[in-house]
Amino acid sequence: MSDFAVVGSILAAMFAAATPLLFAALGELVVEKSGVLNLGVEGMMLVGAVCGFAVTVQTGSATAGFVVAALAGAATGSLFAVLTLFLLANQVATGLALTLFGVGLSALIGQGFVGIPLEGLPKLNIPGLSDLPVVGQALFGQDVMVYLAIAAVPLVHLFLYRSRAGLVLRAVGENHTAAHALGYKVLRIRFLAVMFGGAMAGLGGAFLSMDYTPMWAENMTSGRGWIALALVVFATWKPVRVMLGAWLFGGVTILQLHVQGMGIDVPSQLLSMLPYLATVLVLVMISRDVARIRLNAPACLGKLFHPDA
Amino acid sequence: MHSHAETPPLEAALPRLELRGITKRFPGCLANDHVDLVLQPGEIHALLGENGAGKSTLVKMIYGVLHPDGGTLLWQGRETVVPDPAGARRLGIGMVFQHFSLFDTLTVTENIALGLDNAGPMDALATRIRTVSERYGLALDPDRHVFHLSVGERQRVEIVRCLLQDPKLLIMDEPTSVLTPQEATKLFETLRRLAAEGCTILYISHKLEEIRALCSRATVLRAGKVVGACDPRQETARGLAEMMMGAELAMPERPPQIESGKARLTVRHLSTTSDNPFATNLKDVSFEVRAGEILGIAGVAGNGQAELMAALSGEVLVADANSVVIEGVAAGLLGPRARRALGLAFVPEERLGRGAVPELSLSENALLSGYAREPLVRGGMVHFGRARAYAETIIKGFNVVAHGHRAEARSLSGGNLQKFIIGREILQRPQLLVVGQPTWGVDAGAAAAIHKALIALARSGAAVLVISQDLDELFVLSDRISVLFHGRLSDSRPTHETTVERIGLLMGGLFSTPPDEDGEIVRAV
Repeated sequence: MSDFAVVGSILAAMFAAATPLLFAALGELVVEKSGVLNLGVEGMMLVGAVCGFAVTVQTGSATAGFVVAALAGAATGSLFAVLTLFLLANQVATGLALTLFGVGLSALIGQGFVGIPLEGLPKLNIPGLSDLPVVGQALFGQDVMVYLAIAAVPLVHLFLYRSRAGLVLRAVGENHTAAHALGYKVLRIRFLAVMFGGAMAGLGGAFLSMDYTPMWAENMTSGRGWIALALVVFATWKPVRVMLGAWLFGGVTILQLHVQGMGIDVPSQLLSMLPYLATVLVLVMISRDVARIRLNAPACLGKLFHPDA
Repeated sequence: MHSHAETPPLEAALPRLELRGITKRFPGCLANDHVDLVLQPGEIHALLGENGAGKSTLVKMIYGVLHPDGGTLLWQGRETVVPDPAGARRLGIGMVFQHFSLFDTLTVTENIALGLDNAGPMDALATRIRTVSERYGLALDPDRHVFHLSVGERQRVEIVRCLLQDPKLLIMDEPTSVLTPQEATKLFETLRRLAAEGCTILYISHKLEEIRALCSRATVLRAGKVVGACDPRQETARGLAEMMMGAELAMPERPPQIESGKARLTVRHLSTTSDNPFATNLKDVSFEVRAGEILGIAGVAGNGQAELMAALSGEVLVADANSVVIEGVAAGLLGPRARRALGLAFVPEERLGRGAVPELSLSENALLSGYAREPLVRGGMVHFGRARAYAETIIKGFNVVAHGHRAEARSLSGGNLQKFIIGREILQRPQLLVVGQPTWGVDAGAAAAIHKALIALARSGAAVLVISQDLDELFVLSDRISVLFHGRLSDSRPTHETTVERIGLLMGGLFSTPPDEDGEIVRAV
């Protein structure tokens, strides 16, 4: 294999490896912009992963699998929303509990599905372009979910910064008392945001189980939900930066796999740590600007709101 | 407001808004008890009352934030239920809140769009904002982020937001508490112009002189009931205050200053830098406070008061130990406890969260700052008996209305909690007391008691520094007054040699200071 081909396949694999993170982190970004901190991303991803996988195995339709995965993620998210928004449970504790709940529930649902293989999604090989050297496969030979995740970046950006609904959502996250005084339904807006975040996490999880490594294994998200959470904060709540962070994580994941494959004498556990370490380090460095964080962080993040108080 | 000329005469004779027997009950209190109120088109009507009299509850019901338990509301003669703020805006009711309902990280246009139901495209809205702000003399740049704006400018955002909806009734809750006297005068011109165009204005304020100058009618609330109505132009400020309190107002007397003693607090060339983009850095601030005197620092909020307070209390350490000297000791690098040990006591502006812990009882709150100078802790263990006794002493000595020392701090009204915090500090017999906004949001009776206590403390030989936005208060209290503007402090002037107008000009930045490091000349308003 020529050097170009190696680079090309690393790039192609990087976009795929970044996709679950991109879905989950974009969803969480919208949730946090509305002022809710949902630490249950990992749990929602797992529920989405197992439900999408199970439905695809049963029906043979990947489309049905992804739709159900999104619905399952949203349903798990709405459980969190009911507890924190209406019953005023602490968001941090509830989010942690949601992750544990998701781990257990997905293992239970997935019992009968361990070891069943799936085919994964077909690649959309765009004639002509996907044969280009180096970038051909990476840019024009991915499957539809990879493109959907990337398309979601400008869509989320346009929604948040150009649409009126996005403006209202940011306002609710910035100052919920003032938004309430102006007559906006703080709880309803947050509920919808949490459902969206859950659906996106579900899609991210399903991409893992149905496409990236098309099989079900317990705990298969292996911490990607937590990385997605970190990405949102370190990307200072900006969709494009979230995407760059996800690509970085994906790139290092693939690189370390290649290094492991070359048989260099480094314990594989150390190499497996690298993507997490690299993402956190780089993002900490670019987010050292305190002023930027203050300007972009939703001021009401994690604060409980009660309309009558 | 444009349609006023075309209004048929029959409708013009109807009141704009009439409240009949409005009642609102909260758990444990009757906030409004059969309140009647009539507002005519084009009048500026004052709503007066002490804290807790039910003014806010009443206007929130007019604006649809709360809903009455009883009574009827007639809008232009028709019985109406205001379902929510959006419904109020559709009727033509606008409201400018005391605590602005603005979003710091959004632009002026975005903020205004949030308050409009038919905002339309952002570009067109920005043009409309420019047109309205020019028409009423409310200069405003639609593209700026709100956190860049001064408090006066923020208020303009709220007012322009209301004006864009062609309101027939504009509710203003304590609009001038954050303005310089000149800004307030300008606001009055705008309000008079609006009223002349037929808009009704319901005006809530503590500042009685202002109400006498601006309003043609006043309704007075006490404990949720209407206790009187009058023409404020025919009354004295003292008369209005006594109508609100239902008792005689004891004005604090200021005994002549004793010979001023040695400097207890010296601040030299104090400058600060902050990571917080919303902060105002202090620039080369120097002053001293001597034994027996009260120094007042005036200025509109956001000009460095919070930063000065933090640098003096020790919450934020300063770069050079010698820039803050307490009782002759360089204290710039000492923390709050070490500074308290030197004789400093302080009352922060934020009552809940800085001055007191909301969830703790009064005796625990008394302990928190009291243990440094009162024998409340022995061998690392709290002496609860003494802490309770100390809290009871404060409650008695300063007439704090509370359910004993066990009451949680947050259960007290603003005025009572402030009396408690000031009492806690004064009873420690400090040599130096730094107070931020001693009577903000405190009613006239409690304010007079607080002023009396501060003056007595100074006359007993302590040095007192008062940082306040309320000029009337500073003129009652201070022996000398300085002004903080954009992080710089003016020279002090003896109170009896200056006037509210002159201090007001300084608050707008009209004093000579060298240009900023970045070349910006301090602007004159």
